[in-house]
Amino acid sequence: MSKLASTYQNLRSSQRFMNRVSLVIKLVIAVILVVFSVFPVLWIFSAALDPTSQLGSQSLIPPQAGFQNFEKLFNDPLLPFWKWVWNSIKVSGITTILSISITTMAAFAFSRLRFAGRITMLKAILLIQVFPNLLALVAIYLMIEQTGHIIPWLGLETHAGLILVYLGGSMGINIWLMKGFLDTIPRAIDEAAMLDGATNWQIFTQLLLPLLRPILVVVGILAFIGTYGDFVLARILLSKAENYTLMVGLALFTNNQFAQNWGPFSAGALIGALPVMIIYLALQDQIAGGLTVGAVKE
Amino acid sequence: MTANNPVPQPKKQAENPFSVLLRLFFLLVFDLGSGWFIVQAVQSGYLQLAAVVGVVFLLVNLVLLLPQAYAYRWMVTGLSFLVLFTIYPMLFTIYIAFTNYGDGHLLTQQQALAVIEKETYLPKTGKSYKWTAFKAADNSYALWLIDPDGNTYLGKVGSALVPAKPGDPGIGQADSNGIPTSIDGFTRLNPILAATDKELPNIKFGEAGKTIQIRSPSEAAELKPRYAYDPAANTLTDQENGEVYNDVNGTYTSRTSGKAIVPGYRAVIGFQNFVNFVQSPALRGPLVQILVWNFVFPTLSVLSTFSLGLAIALMFNDKDFPLKKVFRTLLLIPYTIPSVITVLIWRGMMNPDLGIINHLTKTWFGFSPPWFSEPIWAQAGVLLVNLWLGYPYFMLITSGALQSIPADLYEAAKIDGANSWQAFRNITLPLLLVAVGPLLIASYVYNFNNFGLIYLFINGGPPIVGATTQAGHTDILISYVYNLAFASGGRGVQYGLASAISIIVFFIVGTITLVQFRFTNMWEEVSKNV
Repeated sequence: MSKLASTYQNLRSSQRFMNRVSLVIKLVIAVILVVFSVFPVLWIFSAALDPTSQLGSQSLIPPQAGFQNFEKLFNDPLLPFWKWVWNSIKVSGITTILSISITTMAAFAFSRLRFAGRITMLKAILLIQVFPNLLALVAIYLMIEQTGHIIPWLGLETHAGLILVYLGGSMGINIWLMKGFLDTIPRAIDEAAMLDGATNWQIFTQLLLPLLRPILVVVGILAFIGTYGDFVLARILLSKAENYTLMVGLALFTNNQFAQNWGPFSAGALIGALPVMIIYLALQDQIAGGLTVGAVKE
Repeated sequence: MTANNPVPQPKKQAENPFSVLLRLFFLLVFDLGSGWFIVQAVQSGYLQLAAVVGVVFLLVNLVLLLPQAYAYRWMVTGLSFLVLFTIYPMLFTIYIAFTNYGDGHLLTQQQALAVIEKETYLPKTGKSYKWTAFKAADNSYALWLIDPDGNTYLGKVGSALVPAKPGDPGIGQADSNGIPTSIDGFTRLNPILAATDKELPNIKFGEAGKTIQIRSPSEAAELKPRYAYDPAANTLTDQENGEVYNDVNGTYTSRTSGKAIVPGYRAVIGFQNFVNFVQSPALRGPLVQILVWNFVFPTLSVLSTFSLGLAIALMFNDKDFPLKKVFRTLLLIPYTIPSVITVLIWRGMMNPDLGIINHLTKTWFGFSPPWFSEPIWAQAGVLLVNLWLGYPYFMLITSGALQSIPADLYEAAKIDGANSWQAFRNITLPLLLVAVGPLLIASYVYNFNNFGLIYLFINGGPPIVGATTQAGHTDILISYVYNLAFASGGRGVQYGLASAISIIVFFIVGTITLVQFRFTNMWEEVSKNV
């Protein structure tokens, strides 16, 4: 064997060795990161099943696991847990359906119709997003309070008022997203329908909506989760425990004796988080796609 | 894109008469409803609210009636909501910032004057009655009153005086002084008991506006309105001592004693809130601190989340990485839980006495970080939790962006003898920053106003010592605004000041974004896509 060849062999094997070492290091780092990201979830899971239900006495694998915390949570008259869940589903559900309808119709106009002010409007919608409505929370509170003096069922403490405020954000970035999807549907389809005498409304409801349905489902779920996770607006507009949404209700636990109520809180947190988590993980590819729209050039 | 090509429009068709009717019917219902609302709003003194509903009223009518506005019919609902709940609150914030709206100034001038005019005082002289007190078993009182002309009345709380004579139904016979010995349901108090009764002098008998109060053991008198309003001069005069109260920015204040009448009314006070915000030494202390932290927090948050997310994305960019999909799914978990819930979980886990994290650090390092009491640890804690919340987002974004960097760039670099660090430094990072730059800035702006995290994790604490308003070491402007407006801890809500601070945040956020548009070509990118 020539000297050159053996050097080459050594070099190759050492490189393979180096690759292997770096892979092992990467694996170790990955495992540490996974522990970092998963631990809180495991911990809350074990806390929910731990019958001692106290922060201090909890261990990762509870010795006598059971559902006592769930029973405590469901039967506490001060914590109307299922009412909160229902409030959250109601508010988020109605908001999502209305806001998706508003968004999709507006996106249709932006994508398929040509009218004066179209580009200005699209840009204005983007510019307004710069200022989150969180900043105007004092004004929103006062506005809803004043409205409540005139129409009581739209005032403070009402879910209708909260839904209206949420809908104020529906002419937002989602219009761009939806318009992008609509633009990908070839115009030839609606042109053909037009020649047959279809109206815009027929084209929208009978041709485009069925094609958009898979995307509408994903956007709808994301919008639902977004509203479901909101804390600030619900916290400001609702102050009676029976009106709370789930997020505001869970935050109530921290008011007093958080450490003693750790078990029931964990049970509630688990019920609040698990469905959302499963949906997200199931949809992770679509979500990653949606997030990078506009950011990454394809 | 086909944006510039002419788009075929549907042939002009006569609109279906049914849909015309439907549209007009909807418009009629809407006009009646919103018209009624505007009238109500004006009557209640909510002029701004009436104005914005008026704008929406015009908008809807124009769009539904003008054929040229056909395209806008598709978005008129969304536009109305946009005007009502996004644009109007911003304008209303600006208005409130220039008013004294807040505790003590919640009412309109008319309403405030109505409240002030109900204030009464007990005149030292004037029409008086002789009185005898009666007390019922449920601790309510009644007065037997004799006016100077000798007419007798029975006075109870909340209803008008009733002329009555001893021997009337329910009233007992007169004693030697002409006073009934008993009244049904009540027992008569002897003069000593009546004079020592602590409640009796504070009770207002009779109907509202003409109430009678006990002035001395022998006299009760009708109360008189304390303040007289002079509409021409817009002043109030105290009838008891003649002190004149002038209108100073919505508060009637006496020039001589400096006393103010409560309530004031909400008035436009110019830049006073901004001046207070900048000048008042009591406010300035916490404010500088809050402002500094408000810039440090998003900077460190974005840096840490982006670095960790990018590191993970780079690691997984290696094609031979085993179980890539499983690892990625597990690492995505923090992103999938509503952040309110995760913040609360961390709050429990970082409890200094009982939380698992402090338990572990104590076991391993013999030290339990005071997350909730020491400023520096509190800030570190907030950043740690935000790192957990934020890195999966950047992991998703950067792994997408990494795949879009052409591989031949790396090959060319390799041929030129660049090592992997140089390749990263000179190829990966610059290209990546171009792609995700706008998202970094969006994330910065988001964290600049990350109220939920700060409020739920630690409520802005630990408190800054010596601050006159509720302010803490982890407070950012928006959480400070929240406390000023809604949770003032006994100091009263200050909508005006809170809105003034909101406007300053508007400006900071707006500037950051404009700079972003100026220095990246995002705006041009976007404009090409419309």
